[in-house]
Order: sequence, then C-alpha cells, then structure tokens
Amino acid sequence: MSVGSINPVIQGGWGIRASLALLSLLALALAIGMAVSIGEVPIPLASTYKAITNQLFGTSFELSRIQEGIIWDYRLSRALVAACCGGALAISGAILQALLRNPLAEPYVLGISAGASTGAVAVMILGVGAGLITLSMGAFAGAVIAFILVTLLAAGAGGGSDRIILAGVAGSQLFNALTAYVVTTSANAEQARGVMFWLLGSLGGVRWEDVYLAAPVTVIGFAICLLYARALDAFTFGTDAAAALGIPVLRVRLILFGLTALMTATMVGIVGSIGFVGLVIPHAARFLVGPTHARLLPASLMIGAVFMVLADIVSRIIIPQQILPIGVVTALFGAPAFALILYRARRPL
Amino acid sequence: MITTTDISWGTAGKMIVDGVTIHVAPGKTLGLLGPNGSGKSSLLRLICRLRRVASGIITLGDVDITQMSRLNIARRVALVEQQATTEAQVTVLDVVRLGRTPHRGPLSPWTRLDDDAVESALTYVGMAAKRDQPWQTLSGGERQRAHIARALAQTPSELLLDEPTNHLDVQHQLEILSLVSRLPATSIVALHDLNLAAMFCDVVAILQRGRVVAAGTPEEVLTEPLIRQVFGVRAHIERSPHHGRQLIHFSLDPVGALNDRGGGFLVEQSAQAQSGI
Repeated sequence: MSVGSINPVIQGGWGIRASLALLSLLALALAIGMAVSIGEVPIPLASTYKAITNQLFGTSFELSRIQEGIIWDYRLSRALVAACCGGALAISGAILQALLRNPLAEPYVLGISAGASTGAVAVMILGVGAGLITLSMGAFAGAVIAFILVTLLAAGAGGGSDRIILAGVAGSQLFNALTAYVVTTSANAEQARGVMFWLLGSLGGVRWEDVYLAAPVTVIGFAICLLYARALDAFTFGTDAAAALGIPVLRVRLILFGLTALMTATMVGIVGSIGFVGLVIPHAARFLVGPTHARLLPASLMIGAVFMVLADIVSRIIIPQQILPIGVVTALFGAPAFALILYRARRPL
Repeated sequence: MITTTDISWGTAGKMIVDGVTIHVAPGKTLGLLGPNGSGKSSLLRLICRLRRVASGIITLGDVDITQMSRLNIARRVALVEQQATTEAQVTVLDVVRLGRTPHRGPLSPWTRLDDDAVESALTYVGMAAKRDQPWQTLSGGERQRAHIARALAQTPSELLLDEPTNHLDVQHQLEILSLVSRLPATSIVALHDLNLAAMFCDVVAILQRGRVVAAGTPEEVLTEPLIRQVFGVRAHIERSPHHGRQLIHFSLDPVGALNDRGGGFLVEQSAQAQSGI
C-alpha cells in the first residue's frame, strides 16, 4: 500500500506519548459518559458520572433511583461492552494485518467472525454440547475451525498474502451459509428473528455478565499482544526475515492467531459479528502513530473503543424510536473506508 | 568463521543441497556461484537455520548451530534476502532498527548501544541522510543498502547475502560488494556475476545441482574449462589491466553444449558480461 506521505502525524518522546495515552483515556471516558447520557430517556452527563462514582467509590450523590438504574444496569454495561468490542476487534485486525502481511486482513474479511457465528448458532439453536459448553466456547471453536480452514485453503492455493483474502471470502460464504441453514431449518420464528438481529451485530441484550467476560479478554489479550509488539515488527519483511531476526515464528503465530480467534469469538458471542472495525481502525491508527506495533496496538485499542462507543450512540439516535444494528453502522462507515484502502493500495506503476 | 560439513537438504523428494562442504575463514568473503536453481539460496537458509539440514553439520565459530537457540543464531548471523520488500509504511530508520530485534528483550527499552549500532550501520552504507525516507520511495539500490544496514545493525560476526546485486545498476553493484568485502564479518555472498566475484571475493565456491564442484581462490577456480562445464558457455579469461583481478569474457558455445538451460538465459549472461563490468 501507500504512496504519498507516510510519516506519522503524531511523533515525539515519552512525555508526549504519556499525555496522549492520558488524553485517549479521557476521550474514552467522555465517550462512555455520552453513551450513557444519550438515549430515549436523556440523562445529564453529570448524573452519569455521579452514578458511577456512587457505585464505584461509595459516594452518595443524590440521584433518582430510576435514573441510577438506567445508568448502571442498562446503559453503562452496554457502553463498556461496546468499548471492549471495538478495542479487541481493532487489535485483532492490526495483528492479522502484520502476521499475514496484507492490509485487508481482519477477522470479518477472513471469515473468522462468520465461523464464530456458526459456532454460536450451533450452540444456541442446535444445542450442541448439551448445555455443557457456553455460547462463547462454541463461538471460539467455530472461529478456530474457520481460521484453520481458511489458512489451509490459502496454503493449498499456493500461499502468499493475496490468497488469504480470497480464501477468507470463500470461508465467510461457507460459514454464513451454514449459519443460515441452521437458522432456517432448526429455529422457530421467534428464535430466527432474534438470531438474525444478533448476527448483524447488536448490543441490545448486553448485561454486566457480558462485561465480566469481555473486559478481561480484552485487557489480558491486549497485554499479551503488547509483549509481542516487537515480534510483530519483525514480520515486516515476511516470516523468514522474522525467523532470521531470532523470532520463534511458529510459536508467535500460534499464540497470536489463537488470541485473535479468542477475542473475535468472545465479541461475536456477545454482540454478533461486526465488520470493518478490525479493518479500518488499525489503518487510522497507523496514520496517526506509524507502523511500530508498540505504539500501533495501544492506539488501535483506544481508537477502536471510542469508535465503537460512538457508533453505538449513532445506532440509537439516527432513527427515532428505533435501534439500528450496530453492524449496520460500522459497515456504513467501514465500506467506504475499505474502498479507500483498496484505492490507495494500487501499486504505483 | 563458517563451516559446513557434508550437509544435505531436499524438498518434495528432490535434493537441493547435496553433500556440501565449505569453509570460510574469519573475516573472509566467500562468493557462492552457480546457475539458477543450483542451491545457493537454500544453502544460505540452511546456514542460518531457517531450514534444518537433513544430514551434515554446520558450525559457526566452533559451535554446532543445532546447539544454538534461534535467538543466539540471530545475534551472530545476519541474512540479507533477495529482493525482500514490504507493503508496510516503514521508513529506512524503522527497517534498520529491526536489526536490533535479537539483542532486545520484549520489554527492555531502546538503549544507547542500540542507537550506536543503528547510526554506524546507516553511516556505513551511506543512508544516514535518507533515514526518514519511506520504503516505498526508495530505489532498488537504496532498498538493498537499507537491508544491509539492517543486517549490520544486528552486529553480526557472520553475514549472508543472497544475490545482493540483482537488479542494480553497475555503480550500485560495485558499491555494495566493495562495502561487503571491507566488512570485518565473515561473509558468504551468493552471486550470479563471475566478474564481480573475481573482483571482490577472497574465495569462491561453485555449486552445480546442489554440489560443490570447485572451491578456492577465484584464480584457482574460475577457469575456462570449469565455466564451460558448469555454465555451458565459452569463457576467455585475462587479467584486468585496471584492477589486477581476473576478467572473464563470455560467448555462446556454437556447438551447443547447453545442458538443460534455455538459450535466452545464456545470451543474457553473455550480454551482461560483454557490457564491460
């Protein structure tokens, strides 16, 4: 990819980076506050933060019980899951783009999300695992199977970083078809409607239990990825070049592919498959902080989190009295951005 | 110092490297010559253990590489691959800094030592002024020099280069090889151009179908009968009045001892040789 100026917009030493990190945390806090305040029952931003400190630090600001309930039980959990989801998908995209050396790689394009959906639907509707395995475990199994299948297909087609996208397209089609097959043949009308809505990506039914799953997966996943930031840099010129720089290529790929599958599956299990976040956010982050992963991964995490929280707000207010699936919102932003990346990826003649 | 003892490696049922024994003394530069597909690239990959030998022993200094960790190999051997490129939006400095990867832990900060290694590597290849230039805007010669700087930043005691002069103009070919031959590291350079090998290498080894058919100083090895046998072309060798090394002229053999290669390749080689390198 990439012609034209590529020097990152933001450069500088530790001081600047630390203040940026702080700034992005503030931006995320503000976005989450807005997400909690904006809705059918508008709540002042101040009340939102009061309710949060009441719960977290035992302060005793005066608030109506209904407001506090809406804030704490409904909207805050939803905003937090949105943030985790955006962050996890964005770092998954950044990692896949580095390891596969393809600017178009991300969980959705590679069929990993589709595989996770199939796995989740198999548990939800077919009752695979007889109640012993959870939706998320089913999604993880589906994600791993899809990833292995797509990788094998790409290798069989001659390998190379271009084949993996073609294989991903085939994989997505297959798993989407499987999901549709299961839904149409085995689900009753009510289940089918719920599943179809969830498949497009919906933060509707999110509760605190989902936060307790999504937050640790995102935070721990991010921390592990950060340990491999330098290894990811070493993949710039391919796997042999990475190995020649002392990187244990097989182990790094297994761990990081497994981690992206886990993060994707967790998010798909909670909110359905959401496209384009993993694709677009890392490119935006790269534009801002450059290609070095020690900076790219944190930037992707924060931008992805803020983006998804804002996308959730848009999905709730764009049509009055109605909630748009969040996957629709991200795709409306993501598809043009995808086109832009393709356009810029033209090789200079 | 690099020594391989009777090493073999094959893939898909075909022997690519077949019982190769070579020795490069400390600080010397070995030119690895041979036609396309003779196993030059594979041999280099075996030496830095990107592939594992099926049989035989490779030692660096006096250590068997099977006894070394991936990381320890990377700390002393640097590889410059043929035409390695990327679509990532990296600068020259980003690329050269990659050379420090094996010397840094996952969390250890960038040190003064790292900076010094990167600086002197950039200066050595003459790319210090272009450090902030994006990879995509570099010419072939600049990319190759950036790769060599990356390899030097690795502070290797052994350096392996796979056809570093391919697709470069004459000036850059000479610059890069003279740069490599002046390095204190023990080097192996896979080359296509016999005249460049004669000019810059202390010793040469000729590979044919995975076997070493001759090894020694360029004067000993690069003879008219051997060139005819291995490359299938007629050669006329004289001493250059300008640089004192061997100068080889090629022409197509009218009898047609082409082995299994096509004529186009030979004409190309001959044209290149006649252009007066």
